[in-house]
Amino acid sequence: MIEVAGLTVRFGGVTSLDDMSLTFEQGTCGLIGPNGAGKTTFLNVLSGFIRPASGTVRAFGVDLMSMAHYRRARWGLRRTFQTEQAIEELSVFDNVALVHEHSGLGRAARRQAVLEAIGFVGLDTGPDAKVGTLGAGQRRLVEVARAVVGRPRLVLLDEPAAGLPDEETRHLSEVLRSIPEHTGALVILVDHDMSLVSACCRTTAVLDFGKLIASGPTAAVLRDDDVIRAYLGVA
Amino acid sequence: MRIRAAVIVALLAFVLFGIPQLFSLYYVDTMTEVAVYSIVALGLGVLVGRVGLVSLGQVAVLAIGAWSAARLLFATTQPYPVVLIEAGLITMVAGVVIGLPALRLRGLYLALITLMLAGAITIVLDTINFPNGGRGFLGYNGSAITPPAIRLPSIAASDKAYFQYSVVVAIVMFLLVFAHIRTRPGRAWAAIRQSEPAALATGINVTLYKLWALALASFITGVAGGLLAGASHYLYSIDFPAQNSIILLGVVLMGGVYSMWGAVVAALLYQFLPALLQNWGVSADWLTILFGLGVLQVLTTAPAGLADQVPKDLARLGRLLRRRLARAPAPAGGDPP
Repeated sequence: MIEVAGLTVRFGGVTSLDDMSLTFEQGTCGLIGPNGAGKTTFLNVLSGFIRPASGTVRAFGVDLMSMAHYRRARWGLRRTFQTEQAIEELSVFDNVALVHEHSGLGRAARRQAVLEAIGFVGLDTGPDAKVGTLGAGQRRLVEVARAVVGRPRLVLLDEPAAGLPDEETRHLSEVLRSIPEHTGALVILVDHDMSLVSACCRTTAVLDFGKLIASGPTAAVLRDDDVIRAYLGVA
Repeated sequence: MRIRAAVIVALLAFVLFGIPQLFSLYYVDTMTEVAVYSIVALGLGVLVGRVGLVSLGQVAVLAIGAWSAARLLFATTQPYPVVLIEAGLITMVAGVVIGLPALRLRGLYLALITLMLAGAITIVLDTINFPNGGRGFLGYNGSAITPPAIRLPSIAASDKAYFQYSVVVAIVMFLLVFAHIRTRPGRAWAAIRQSEPAALATGINVTLYKLWALALASFITGVAGGLLAGASHYLYSIDFPAQNSIILLGVVLMGGVYSMWGAVVAALLYQFLPALLQNWGVSADWLTILFGLGVLQVLTTAPAGLADQVPKDLARLGRLLRRRLARAPAPAGGDPP
C-alpha cells in the first residue's frame, strides 16, 4: 500500500503538485489527467528525482522520501519512462539484468529471473539481441521486463503505450494486466489511453493542475462530472 | 573470433619485435610516445565515450603522473613497476579531486571547469618545476647545469627496450579497461551515458560509478605519466600546456571515442603524424587545421571515429570491387575445358 500525505511540489512559482493526499491499494492503479497535471512529477517524486516541498510518501510502511534514489530500485521500486529509455548499447539480457545486479542473488538465479522476465513480456527477440537494433514496441517491452524482473514491490509505468500501434498496444495491455498477479507488485499506470486504463486499472485517480480531483473505482471515476469536464471532455 | 584474436596477436608481435628492428631510433622513440599517449587517450575515451563526461584536463592529469613518477624515481630505488603503480595511485586521487565537478556538471560547463583546473595545474607546475634530482619535497635544483636524467627500468635501459616495456605496460592498461567495460562498471557506465534517470531507476549509484570512471581514467593516465617520465629523460612544464588537452580531445574524437582501437588511432594522430611531418620537413602546425577538419568530418559523418569508419569503408570497397569483378566480361574463347 502507498500512502501519500500532503505532497506538494513547486518549480519556482509553479505548483506542480498541490497538497496531494491519496492511498494506492494493491493491484494496478491508474493515474490520469491532462498534460501538465503533475502525473509524471508524482512518479518522479516516488523515484527520488524530485524532492517535494512538503509531504510524505510511505510505501508498505517504509518512508520512501528518506531512501537514496538508487536504493529505491534495490528496495523494489521500478519504473518505465514516458520517453522509452532502454539502454541501446546493451543486449536485451543486460538491460533487464541491470536492475538485478545489486540484488545479492547468485549468477544462476539472476539469469533465471532475467530470462523469466523476458519471457513474461513476450519479447520475440533473443536475449542477446542489441537493444539499439530493436523496434519501438520491442524496446518498450524491454523496459517493462526491466521493471518486473525479480520481485518488485512498486512498479511505475509512465505512458507505456505512447506512440505504439494498436496491435502492440493490445499485447502490451495484456502484459500490463498480468503484472500484479505475476509479481505481486502494486502498479501505478499513467496513460492517456482510456481503453488501456479501463482494461488494466481497478482504481484510478485524476489530477488536474496538480490537484487531485477524483479517485475511486475506474468506471465510476470515468463517469465523474469533474473528470469529464477537466479531462475527458463533454461527449 | 579466433581470426580476430590471431590478428591482434600478430599485430602485437609486430609492434613488440618488428618496430624496434625495422624502424630508426627516431621512430622508435616516437612510437614509445604513441604507446604512452594511447593510454592517455584510452583514459579520455573512458570518460567521454563510456560515461559521457567531457574532460579537458587530461594533459594536466598526465603531468601530475609524470611529476609524481619523476619525484619517486629520483628519491627512491624502488622497482620501476612499483613507481608506475604509485604514480597511478597518486594521480588517481588528484584526478578524482579535479573531476569532482563532474558529479554536478555535464557537457560544456564540465569541459570549461576541467580546462580551467588544468590551467591552474600548469601554473603550479610552472612555479614548482619538475623534479631534477634536487633535494626537499619538490626535488628541484634550480642551479643544476647538467641535471641527472630520469632513470629507466634496469630491464629496459635502452630506447628500444624501453619502447617494448612501454608497449607491455600499455597492453596491461588496455586489459584493465577492457575488464571494466565487459563487466558491471561497463554496463553501469553505458546506462549513465544514455540516461542518468534510467540508470538511477535501475539501482545504479551514479555518483559512485562516475567516481569509479574518474579514478580509473586518472590511474591509467598517471601510469602513462610515469612512462613518459622515463621516455623524456628530462621533464619541463612547457611540455604540458593546458591547450594540448583540447587537441587530445579532438584526436580522441577522430580516432573513435567508443572504441579501444580508437585510442591507438588517436595516439598515432597525436604523436606519430607530427613526427612524420617533422621528418619530412613540414611544419606540424598544419595539423591543427587537419585535426579541425577531422573533428568536423567525424562529428558530421562518422560519430564513432576512424576506428569504426575505416573498416566499414574498406569492407564497402571490397564488396564494390567484388561486384565489379563479377560483372567483368569473360575472356574470349570461354572457360578452358
